[in-house]
Amino acid sequence: MNAPFDPRMAQAQPLKPPGRLTLLLRTKPELILAPVLLVAILGLWEWAIPYFEVPQYIMPPPSAVGLALWRGLNEGLFSRGGYWLHSGVTIGEVLLGFVFGSGAGLILGTVISQFRLLEATLRVYLVAIQALPKIALAPIIVMWFGFGLTSKVVIIALLTFFPLLVTSMAGFRAVEPERLELMRALGANRWQMFWKVRLPSALPYIFAGLDMAAVFSIVGAVVGEFVGAQRGLGTLILSMNAQMDTAGTFSVFIILSVLGIIMHSMMRILERRVLFWSGDTHRTMGN
Amino acid sequence: MSIIDRVSLPVATEGAIIPSPQNLARLGSPMIDISHVEKVFITVRNERIHALHDISLNVADREFVTIVGPSGCGKSTLLKILGGLLGATSGAVTLAGTPVQKPRTDIGIMFQSPILLPWRTIIENVLLPTEIQRLPKVKARERARDLLNMVGLAEFENKYPMELSGGMQQRAAIVRALINDPRILLMDEPFGALDAMTREQMNLDLQRIWAESGKTVVLITHSIPEAVFLADRVVVMSARPGRIQRIIDVPIPRPRSIEVMGEPLFGRMTADIRRLLYGLEDGKGPQLGGGIT
Repeated sequence: MNAPFDPRMAQAQPLKPPGRLTLLLRTKPELILAPVLLVAILGLWEWAIPYFEVPQYIMPPPSAVGLALWRGLNEGLFSRGGYWLHSGVTIGEVLLGFVFGSGAGLILGTVISQFRLLEATLRVYLVAIQALPKIALAPIIVMWFGFGLTSKVVIIALLTFFPLLVTSMAGFRAVEPERLELMRALGANRWQMFWKVRLPSALPYIFAGLDMAAVFSIVGAVVGEFVGAQRGLGTLILSMNAQMDTAGTFSVFIILSVLGIIMHSMMRILERRVLFWSGDTHRTMGN
Repeated sequence: MSIIDRVSLPVATEGAIIPSPQNLARLGSPMIDISHVEKVFITVRNERIHALHDISLNVADREFVTIVGPSGCGKSTLLKILGGLLGATSGAVTLAGTPVQKPRTDIGIMFQSPILLPWRTIIENVLLPTEIQRLPKVKARERARDLLNMVGLAEFENKYPMELSGGMQQRAAIVRALINDPRILLMDEPFGALDAMTREQMNLDLQRIWAESGKTVVLITHSIPEAVFLADRVVVMSARPGRIQRIIDVPIPRPRSIEVMGEPLFGRMTADIRRLLYGLEDGKGPQLGGGIT
């Protein structure tokens, strides 16, 4: 027989793509207003610094920050004065720490979640540890692991471990019992339940944890480098600050922001790939 | 209220209803044999909840039995026991000659919501039971396509559940329940969440699927018209503890069209069941005749 007429199917025709720029601007004026706002703020800032005679070491104008950024990026790849070497070191720390920390958190959270008693016993402690400001341990970790790469990786791993631990546990706890009952009715074993239902159901939570961890990893790298390091964007900030090179500090801040945005965007892209189904999960229930 | 009125044979109301011969014939070889099933839940506070009391029922091969009853009468519990998802406190359930102890592949089960996995396409959802059983993939896919075709979802096999309407999702769930070619289909209020028109359409479809596939079906519902429309026999349950109040034969010839619902016999049967459910009868059942065993 034929499927019954479903109005939702009929409405699913795609919108006509806007032919002209004007149409786009009429429907999404924020595409113009947002950059205009940025230019206005930068202009005001540029004008206000000399007007109020603010010394450059207190607050540099945007042009000075831009210049510092350009100079720093124009240096050679391995120049200690340039930004590339330090950025590379920081990125390396971030990636290693993120992979180890969130990976360990995810694995441990997953394992703990598979045993109800273990999870119930540990949950209160893990939530308590999650609330601790682990960043305060940075000096001790540097003391233990030295000024090299290891201490930074350990700090970042520590910071990214708990978001994944906690969110993956929450994710496995939130699996719809109906799905598990279905699997049981179908005669699925533990392993099949895990791979076919539990893990995919927990993924939205796990990705929320990855997103958090991505931000924490950059915080961890900078703090770790503040405490003790020879290279990295954090050390660059410290040395510039000592020389009252505020414009330089701001320019490093921009680099760190870009790194953060890139980490976040990568997570979002991955998330959209893997969780293409997630936005509408609730619509599939019971309508 | 008298104790338990269990009527295992057809009853006639004022001579208008005559037990259909094929129903009597079907009763010869029970596909489902439920005998004296009790279920008592012990709560965390150590309270006893008597969910099911002395349930006995035989369902013949290819028979369609519906169960109606007030909320909390234990009908879902009964279905879970039939499906092997719950154990009975005492009593025995035998399906196709073998006692039920755990979920089995010769039983297909459907719930109120379709429970399709949103990350799988329709055909992948339908194939889930065959993956779990590790059946040959090519054959399973062929069968899935045939079944999807039967329920009118052939063009939707590569869509995701969220792209389908509620009725279509429930159709996919029917196909998933049929994919392992079970002898018995257990349905727990499968159309409860659908709007009235979709629901009637699904009832017609289910009747056709049942006739074509030759399954034995036990369906739980809140809707009295649905119960009468689909059933060879309607089991009326009452609550606290859940027990079988009455079993009523539906002698309306098949295939039934939706117009059947307008006929006086249909109206009389639904009215009688409604009276039973609302306790307007004290179990003696003048409308439905004697037949108390």
